[in-house]
Amino acid sequence: MQFTINGERREAEPDIRASLLDLLRNDLGLTGTKKGCDHGQCGACTILVNGRRINACLTLAVMHQDDTIVTIEGLAEGDALHPLQDAFVRHDGYQCGYCTPGQICSALGMLDEVAKGWPSHVSPVLDTVTLDEAEISERMSGNLCRCSAYPNIVDAIADVAEAQA
Amino acid sequence: MKTFTYARADSAEDAVKAGGRFIAGGTNLLDLMKLQIETPDALVDISRLDLARVERREDGGLSIGALVPNSDLAAHPDVMRDYPVLSRALLAGASGQLRNKATTGGNLLQRTRCAYFYDRAMACNKRAPGSGCAAIGGFTRNMAILGASDHCIATHPSDMAVAMRALDAIVVTLSPDGDRRRIAIGDLYRLPGTTPQIETMLAPNELITAVELPPAPRGAQLYRKVRDRASYAFALVSVAGIVAMEDGVIAHAALAFGGLAPMPWRDPDVEAALIGQPASTTAFEAAADALLAGATSQGDNGFKIPLARRLLIATLRDLTGDAA
Repeated sequence: MQFTINGERREAEPDIRASLLDLLRNDLGLTGTKKGCDHGQCGACTILVNGRRINACLTLAVMHQDDTIVTIEGLAEGDALHPLQDAFVRHDGYQCGYCTPGQICSALGMLDEVAKGWPSHVSPVLDTVTLDEAEISERMSGNLCRCSAYPNIVDAIADVAEAQA
Repeated sequence: MKTFTYARADSAEDAVKAGGRFIAGGTNLLDLMKLQIETPDALVDISRLDLARVERREDGGLSIGALVPNSDLAAHPDVMRDYPVLSRALLAGASGQLRNKATTGGNLLQRTRCAYFYDRAMACNKRAPGSGCAAIGGFTRNMAILGASDHCIATHPSDMAVAMRALDAIVVTLSPDGDRRRIAIGDLYRLPGTTPQIETMLAPNELITAVELPPAPRGAQLYRKVRDRASYAFALVSVAGIVAMEDGVIAHAALAFGGLAPMPWRDPDVEAALIGQPASTTAFEAAADALLAGATSQGDNGFKIPLARRLLIATLRDLTGDAA
């Protein structure tokens, strides 16, 4: 089967049982995407498929023929960090760093959802979104950080969101 | 994970004839397959079928394709405007990543998150029929207070389905023989009784193709959910409420509940206690009495009885505005 990963056409013959996460890490050597719980609870495996953030652990690799996949390895341009990567460094948005690739890919997908006007559970009204701290926390609740770097993660994301606004 | 055969269906007609378990978002099924709670021999991938559209119906209602992701449905302009209770219920469930994958049909059919169902070392009549129920007499904090049986006390986990129950949704299905059925959501689910492994009235290989909503209901809509964390947790108790006032009395009421029962719960006696009454604490308490008349505590989950009462009364106050 074929797909596009980080702008590159790739081929693979995954085990029928392989998750997209296992395909990335074990078959394609893309170990930036992390395996935490492997059950969709922690968000460490968050990647973008066709522009949407998903848990790579809860989808079969064989279901992704011809899909466009972006992982943490696909964000920087050469030595130039993606604005979210840069903001996580500046704001110290991690301690051990294991959840960070998932946090950054999730934030990337989340900011696109905000740009599309998608509401969240904490949005006072459904048809207008103002991305404040409460909104960022709610929208990022699928990404756990056991070091609890949450305040700095929120600051890093808010920084990028403001720069984009 | 046990191995299986995999085939991608090109049409709904092919899918129902293929004779395997349907997989679309996969967020619940794959979770359970990894734990070998689900061990299908064959998977039929329906994720690329043309069932991901939201369309206006001639009667003014909405037709929601079974493959519409939860996130798209929550943010659909028609849903936000006409069925805000549905948007709110969807947004109260899961995480951004999961809502991007989870589908409308799959959400309706998701399995319980009962810890004993998930633990293969434990007896569970739902997972292994006839093995018993280790939840009864166990740690019962999340278990059902309504609709349970001596064989199973697990709850249905969906938020979306609770809103759809309040909205009188119709589930549209396709069978292998080509028959299409339109099933009221209240008829879709079965209570556990002596066969908790049977959760719906769907036949083997019958595929949900769409969910239809009637035209927008009159009145105010709210979804309220109480859970252990502020986000990304299943409901302890939730309520989807739709109430319309007319001439100072409640003219229309639809109330459905999550976290209380093995299915999204709706009881006509609750609405009967409200309709024709002015919005008042007396009427709201009568509605709560009706809801909880048959409630049973398993011990740890006894708190759900006063919690459901207070949540219902608070939600009715909000839905009726200053009237009460």
